[in-house]
Amino acid sequence: MIGVLALQGDVREHLRVLEHLGEPARPVLEPADLAGVNGLVLPGGESTTLSLLLSSSGLLGPVGDLLDAGTAVFGTCAGMILLAGEVSDGRPDQAHFGGIDLEVRRNGFGSQAASFECDLEVDALGSPPLHAVFIRAPLVERAGAGVDVLARLPLGPSGSVAGTGSPVLCRQGSVLVSSFHPELTTDTRVHRYFVEMAKGA
Amino acid sequence: MDVVDAGQAKVAEDAGAVAVMALERVPADIRRDGGVARMSDPALIEGIKAAVTIPVMAKARIGHFAEAQVLASLGVDYIDESEVLTPADEAHHIDKWPFTVPFVCGATNLGEALRRISEGAAMIRSKGEAGTGNIVEAVRHLRSILGDIRRITQADPAERYAWAKELAAPIGLVQELAETGRLPVPLFCAGGIATPADASLVMQLGAEAVFVGSGIFKSEDPARRARAIVEATAHFTDAALVAKVSTGLGSAMPGQEVAALDVRLAERGW
Repeated sequence: MIGVLALQGDVREHLRVLEHLGEPARPVLEPADLAGVNGLVLPGGESTTLSLLLSSSGLLGPVGDLLDAGTAVFGTCAGMILLAGEVSDGRPDQAHFGGIDLEVRRNGFGSQAASFECDLEVDALGSPPLHAVFIRAPLVERAGAGVDVLARLPLGPSGSVAGTGSPVLCRQGSVLVSSFHPELTTDTRVHRYFVEMAKGA
Repeated sequence: MDVVDAGQAKVAEDAGAVAVMALERVPADIRRDGGVARMSDPALIEGIKAAVTIPVMAKARIGHFAEAQVLASLGVDYIDESEVLTPADEAHHIDKWPFTVPFVCGATNLGEALRRISEGAAMIRSKGEAGTGNIVEAVRHLRSILGDIRRITQADPAERYAWAKELAAPIGLVQELAETGRLPVPLFCAGGIATPADASLVMQLGAEAVFVGSGIFKSEDPARRARAIVEATAHFTDAALVAKVSTGLGSAMPGQEVAALDVRLAERGW
């Protein structure tokens, strides 16, 4: 059973991909919803809002416990910010779990109008390239030595995208993060990869 | 949440708002003051942008593509082509396709929603009646939009053409929602939300998020009410939680009977 944190953000889109993969999934709104969960998705949304709601719903501790226990956790966009070790341009009181040794800059590519799409080469997923949608995405400014960088922004000919070459899909142990939104495209390979992680954990 | 200065924007962000709408007057004050309501001063928008880390929206008048160009140049995250401001064009909305900034537009019914989407709107909000603190119009508009979507999903394929004609909407969009059962863009709710229970109501009716205009800063305790509405929107099916956050909130904004209004903002838009 995969849980999808359902306090705010694109919850339905993650649930739909997991359903498409035939993977049992449930929305998580309170600690009791984590019972029997062997993988947890932290969706895209607004990380400041998610942080507040994690705290008020009593989920902050239990989600931290899941991470400590080595349960597979997948954060997309705002979910990546919540899982990162260090966050800049966030709010000083913003909660983050430190589940993966990354420094991320919130809205690191700019405002909404600077959102973009591109194709990524991801060896772990094979061919063809993965089409990725970045929306007010976080920018990974440093990945620790223990982090496996699965994809980077390509060195595109446009050269206009800040952060070219920066990590966009990373894994450290049981934690997977993407600065893009694999739940918004029809390519299910990233979710399948995560489901396999959850089963292997 | 609607905010008129950096201080209010901070209150909204602290409460968990996912975005703020930067404007010079909240709709209740626009309604009270009368006259022509226009795009806000860029300095006000810049000040609010500098104060918060969450997305900042701003309003352009219906059809006023030059105001929208100005807002885009300021780097706002979303533009609301809004009936709360005085329309600049009585026949045409902004052609939103040339813009890279996403637009949200109001709608009172499905036809209006689909026309706005065909013009390039990336989000739809049911209009309600802004500045009244009265939820009745928001409920009417949401039920109209979602009820017609449900009916179209049940329609015979041949009947979709008649639906497109009746709605004055592109047949392609009617066919798409007949297949998917939902708008191709998010549907939000605006216009009259004043309490946590109002937020729960419209979320249960099928809204995907809630715009609170005058409801926060025209209430007795804006910070607490803002937080309570955020909680109620997140946990909208949890009545016990809505009860808890509704307790001792102080008075809501003063409400207005819709029948007694001189100006119906929702009637603006074509």
